[in-house]
Amino acid sequence: MSAVETGIHADVQHEEHVHHDPLNFWRKYVFSEDHKIIAKQYLITGIFWAMIGIAMSVVFRLQLGFPQADISWLRPVLGQWIDEAGKLDPNFYLALVTMHGTIMVFFVLTAGLSGTFSNFLIPLQIGARDMASGFLNMLSYWFFFTASVIMFASLFLQTGPAAGGWVVYPPLSALPQAHEGSGMGMTLWLISMALFIVSQLLGGINYITTVINLRTRGMTFSRLPLTIWAFLITAILGLISFPVLLSAALLLIFDRHFGTSFYLSEIYIGGEALPNVGGSPILFQHLFWFLGHPEVYIVLLPALGITSEIIATNSRKPIFGYRAMIASMLGIAFLAFIVWAHHMFVTGMNPFLGSVFMFLTLIIAVPSAVKAFNYITTLWKGNIIFTPAMLFSIGLVSFFVTGGLTGIILGNSALDIQLHDTYFVVAHFHIVMGAASAFGLFAGVYHWFPKMFGRMMNYRMGQIHFWLTFIGIYLVFFPMHYIGIAGFPRRYYQFTSFDFGKSFTDLNMFITIAAVLSFLAQFIFVWNFFYSIFKGKKATQNPWNSNTLEWTAPINPGHGNWEGDIPAVYRWSYDYSKPGSAQDFIPQNIPYSQTPESNLPHENEQIAMEAEIEAQNFNDQFKNAH
Amino acid sequence: MTYIVGILIVVFLGLTILVVSRLQNVLKGVDAGSEDSSKPEGNSWNAWMFMAFLVLSFVGFIWSYYSAEKDFLPEASSIHGRRTDDLFWFSMAILTIAFFIVNFLIFYFSWKYQYKKGNKATFYPENHKLELIWTVIPAIVMALLVFTGWKAWSDITSDAPKDSEVFEIMGKQFGWYVRYPGVDNNKLGNYNYKLIDSQNEMGLDLSDENSFDDFISVSELHVPVDKPVLLKIRARDVLHSVFIPHMRVKMDAVPGMPTKFWFIPDKTTAEMRAELGNSSFDYEIACTEVCGRGHFAMRLRLIVEDEASYRKWCAEQKTFLETYPEYLAKVPDNLKPKAMKYMPEAAPSDSTTAQTTGIGTTASFR
Repeated sequence: MSAVETGIHADVQHEEHVHHDPLNFWRKYVFSEDHKIIAKQYLITGIFWAMIGIAMSVVFRLQLGFPQADISWLRPVLGQWIDEAGKLDPNFYLALVTMHGTIMVFFVLTAGLSGTFSNFLIPLQIGARDMASGFLNMLSYWFFFTASVIMFASLFLQTGPAAGGWVVYPPLSALPQAHEGSGMGMTLWLISMALFIVSQLLGGINYITTVINLRTRGMTFSRLPLTIWAFLITAILGLISFPVLLSAALLLIFDRHFGTSFYLSEIYIGGEALPNVGGSPILFQHLFWFLGHPEVYIVLLPALGITSEIIATNSRKPIFGYRAMIASMLGIAFLAFIVWAHHMFVTGMNPFLGSVFMFLTLIIAVPSAVKAFNYITTLWKGNIIFTPAMLFSIGLVSFFVTGGLTGIILGNSALDIQLHDTYFVVAHFHIVMGAASAFGLFAGVYHWFPKMFGRMMNYRMGQIHFWLTFIGIYLVFFPMHYIGIAGFPRRYYQFTSFDFGKSFTDLNMFITIAAVLSFLAQFIFVWNFFYSIFKGKKATQNPWNSNTLEWTAPINPGHGNWEGDIPAVYRWSYDYSKPGSAQDFIPQNIPYSQTPESNLPHENEQIAMEAEIEAQNFNDQFKNAH
Repeated sequence: MTYIVGILIVVFLGLTILVVSRLQNVLKGVDAGSEDSSKPEGNSWNAWMFMAFLVLSFVGFIWSYYSAEKDFLPEASSIHGRRTDDLFWFSMAILTIAFFIVNFLIFYFSWKYQYKKGNKATFYPENHKLELIWTVIPAIVMALLVFTGWKAWSDITSDAPKDSEVFEIMGKQFGWYVRYPGVDNNKLGNYNYKLIDSQNEMGLDLSDENSFDDFISVSELHVPVDKPVLLKIRARDVLHSVFIPHMRVKMDAVPGMPTKFWFIPDKTTAEMRAELGNSSFDYEIACTEVCGRGHFAMRLRLIVEDEASYRKWCAEQKTFLETYPEYLAKVPDNLKPKAMKYMPEAAPSDSTTAQTTGIGTTASFR
């Protein structure tokens, strides 16, 4: 009864809404408040940054693989940073390493991944018209855009961009006289990062509010797809940890420009003793890693959430251990806050503190292992369809395991003494965090492209892109473990100054070749992406036969996502291949009363609650005052 | 090594060719692909690729490991280093088993359970017993690794034995300064960063009598074998990190916050040269905390020698005061008689002779 009434009411409201604001081009595509447009803005900015970030890594890989080579052919791009002899400038090498890290971690894997998919999927999968605040959401993107412009501008400075490593440890980053990159480059880095953090906080508040408040009728927390759980947890992580980085950055700005001594003490540089005493460079490291470690999970959890969804869909099986998956994500998120000092075992921190952090760090392996096993069990006895998204998800699980295992070595403080800041660490985090999260991004793009653009990406090209990237990444990062075991320190311009660094020249060369090939393989993706936006095959409404709510929306959802009422939700999103059911998927909006043949005993009891779900408030932003 | 590269390239090229050959089909089948919508495109070759990848990467892993092994660092030359080496390889063995099992399952299941027409996946949403098992097993393994690691870590970071030989190592852009406590009192004198100048690069405080017999080196660190060596570590400009790969030693050098690391080297440089059959082998100290342009070249030689030759070498070194006699002026009057002992023979009364003596020995400082 009431449903019918509100239904009529909704139509009236809807009519009204459609007609009341015809948006001009700028409001519709540029300063848009629509979550789908904002998601695409994040995605395309992310792809732009990814190409720059990866290209940078190729340049410094050339230096490491072929230290003697004449690279003056890069002069049209790099200009003064190639000296007369055709060699890369050592300062610029450090700048490249720094910018590669900053760009990939923050601009690609945080903004590009979370920004894209949290924005795109949260309203569509929980059944909301849009984000809780479209305006904040727009602001979030444009803060990110401004941060991007500033960071991009810093690349063109005469003195180069920031160059103290992506961790920007003071005093190196605090003293312009210590390093070329610590001048204007560092200033712009800090401004850009401050704006970036604002953007993340605006986005994060919005994601959390939306998930908590705007779920559709029947979408209880225990029916949320794992993607949404992952985005929610990620947003909470970011909301708690990013402000700490902001404070670290602000104190650094104070030290740099206003003569404070938060991080500076007893320094003699450039022929003079500085007046600063009483500060501690270690303080910065604590603050930095208090963000920095959760940041690892901020980039990884969304990828794991995306993977959970894609592996279940394409194995045609429910995700194994749905509750265990949530519990392990919550466990990982909680532990993420209390393990930061494992990055600092050899900073001179109290060794007792080191032991505590070693214990806490190794506990993270347990929920991570649970996740990996659950993915594998989801594959077991499935009926697997290798869509490009599925391939990338399987690749992600492999990376997550391979890279995660070496984390157990590094989390052990006794072993970290030798391996800290060697290529072993580089190999570890590139596989577990870099490659795994990037694969989450790729998987997400391939999977939700039809929803984003109403067209399909080329299937085979996606599969080829996967194989080249997957093999390429293993070829790049697996041998790096060997180099790390041999003691090669990271952020070295070349290794020839040391006898112990004279081996492995051909392995370094090999890694560089593999890196170049993997980089080239990404152009397959870029071409496929942009070509398919305009010329791809038209998508059907539910191309992957998936259960989640976004596939019930029109192929090209307009503002407000669903025409008419928002669908109600009666079941979890993983009813794949349910015994008794004729088709191998039952979308979330199908009530149990319509599927008596496949209901489990406890589900039959829930039929009685359907009327209650339908009677609930629509929670529709277009109808309730907002 | 060349073989590694060769074979890995062949593997990559092989797979690339395989992939490209599929690409031909793609280009041919771009439009034809949609005809049979019941069978997913390219499913079986992707499934087979997982098997191919499994086999090839397994072979590649084993083979590349054995080829790379010879270039790993040799067995540690310090007592704690051998302990952490053992722990490392022990952990690595356990993890390698897990690595193979889990990756095998991922790729094998992907192949085994590929889409087949008419098949239906098994609805298998949970199994608490199974989940409990694979929560508990990693937890037990972790507990084992944590415990062994923790024991090693607390021993390594315990206080240095009282009879340790103490050295001070200071990082700066871009090099190291090493200060020895001297032949007489085996104590390092105080320092103060405000006293640093172009000659007193470490900021020696000459109002402390312990500093009179201290001497400084910038090119090498000599330590005696089989005795605990305590490194007192500091930095004067930005962060650095003392890394002695063969000793498995690493500790950051932090401006304003002295750090330390102690270890017992038990193979002399000569023994190591004989063991490796490399007459030019040297232990090296490197920087592992990015510190600017010259970060990659902050090399310091470490010379481990038997105690007798170590003492002999120490006795030959000129104290700081001997090198720069003009710093006598900074010594408080009541300590001057003591300091005179460390001055060059015929204590100079005018600074010009002092200067020449100084220049004569600075070569080793620069």
